[in-house]
Amino acid sequence: MAGYFNSILTGTKSLVTGLLITQAEFFKKPVTLQYPHESLEMTPRYRGHIQLVKNPETGTHQCISCGMCQKGCPSGCITLKGVKQEGVKGKVLVQYDLDFTTCSLCGQCIENCKPGAIEFSLEYNLASTNKEDFHYDLLERVKEQK
Amino acid sequence: MGSQALSQNNETFEINLGPQHPATHGVLRVKLTMDGEYIVDAEPVLGYIHRMHELMGENRTWAKYLPNMGRIDYLSALSYNLGYVQLVEKMMGIEVPERAEYIRVLTTEMNRISSHLLWFGAFVLDLGGFTPLLYAFDDREHILDLLESVTGSRLTYCYYRFGGLYNDVDDDFLTGCTQFLKRLRSRMPMYHKLVTGNVILRQRLVGVGPLSAEMCRKYGATGPVLRGSGVNYDVRKNEPYSIYPELDFDVPVYSDGDSMARYMVRMDEIEQSMRIVEQCIAKMPQGEIKAPKVPKLIKPAIGDYYHAVEAARGTFAIRAVSDGKNQAYRMKLRAPTFCNLSLYQEASKGMLLADALAFMGSLDLVIPEIDR
Ligand code: SF4
Ligand code: SF4
Repeated sequence: MAGYFNSILTGTKSLVTGLLITQAEFFKKPVTLQYPHESLEMTPRYRGHIQLVKNPETGTHQCISCGMCQKGCPSGCITLKGVKQEGVKGKVLVQYDLDFTTCSLCGQCIENCKPGAIEFSLEYNLASTNKEDFHYDLLERVKEQK
Repeated sequence: MGSQALSQNNETFEINLGPQHPATHGVLRVKLTMDGEYIVDAEPVLGYIHRMHELMGENRTWAKYLPNMGRIDYLSALSYNLGYVQLVEKMMGIEVPERAEYIRVLTTEMNRISSHLLWFGAFVLDLGGFTPLLYAFDDREHILDLLESVTGSRLTYCYYRFGGLYNDVDDDFLTGCTQFLKRLRSRMPMYHKLVTGNVILRQRLVGVGPLSAEMCRKYGATGPVLRGSGVNYDVRKNEPYSIYPELDFDVPVYSDGDSMARYMVRMDEIEQSMRIVEQCIAKMPQGEIKAPKVPKLIKPAIGDYYHAVEAARGTFAIRAVSDGKNQAYRMKLRAPTFCNLSLYQEASKGMLLADALAFMGSLDLVIPEIDR
């Protein structure tokens, strides 16, 4: 019998302890954000999909079409093409496509790129019902970029 | 309890727990043969999320296998990163700068805390308590933010490189870690008051799912499951790697072997990981974060290599056989929860269904890591 009342007592105590804690939390400021009405600024190192770096002086990218990024990519998501053009040293980049659907954001393409021509973008709120929307033409993108 | 509780006329029925069930935390199916509320047999059926990680390791170069490591156990991805890069460093004889090692251990331990916090929340949720999950996620969020600010990712990290790291940490990160530790230290008593001391939790865990050290040994269980059964085994102490020998921390061991013991081991491990992180911050030297001479092409000498680390759920080990080419001949991943789950069938015999779920939660299963 004593055990019965004892467990009622400890149970009530346990209940009150819990309620006191949750009650105190109830009056604290919310820690959540009303996404999508508000959204967070990503940290500079955030890994979004890759993009070509825009050189502010030339207004264009600085890729030399060496293909090292493509070679080092574990998922084969980079397709690029450089062609020889009259009067230009080296190759000129004519195509740089990224298939973001298979990218694992490992960063090996960026490490492999000696001239530092690619970087991670800070984009994260991407959503689509169409897979094709994640095939990016990065060459086109660098032109539009401010 | 026990199997004698089963009825005499052998009337049993089967139910499926999973492959889609909140209590399994992933696509695990457990085929339960029940006698009323009691379990006669519980057969885990695996393979629903098998992604051939081992085979992938055998058909790509060593460097290209790096991102896979973040996707085996996505809750403590950095331990897996660490195990793999250290294996390759062992094979190639690469010396890693001290600063890089400190950062590795610091981030791995932060990851361990976040993994244990998630387990804590999910486990209590399994038992019917919703609120602690939210508190644990609030704390875990701080860790994810911190790790994101250095690694760029929140869950599937790919941060360590052969011979060092992808990038260095800054003072903001270290201050952030110190602040977080202060915060978590002040929150731990709250967790213990709210959850550990709660009567309902204690009644659902104490004495439930007892595992003997013998059974753990038989099935190769490691990590908190083994330490909750009174065996003092932790790879960080028993086969020290990285800078762990220079750090002062204890290995929590509880001898009861029940779900409560496993719960307590993990809660104490959070405290110990906090101690490790603190020491890393205090002792962190300046210097390089990448070894000066890392060969571009990784071609290990012909041989059989093995390396093990202590992940959040137990021993994660890799055995790689190299035939001297630029990719592995054989890649074997030993994942802890695979072994921890394998004892479930034997241990859950005769248990009440509700207890079996509490027991399963106390094993801290991560299904993609079981299937690999
Ligand atoms: S981040 Fe990794 S997976 Fe993505 S494009 Fe670069 S190399 Fe390929
Ligand atoms: S590695 Fe850099 S420079 Fe070379 S092709 Fe890729 S983006 Fe261009």
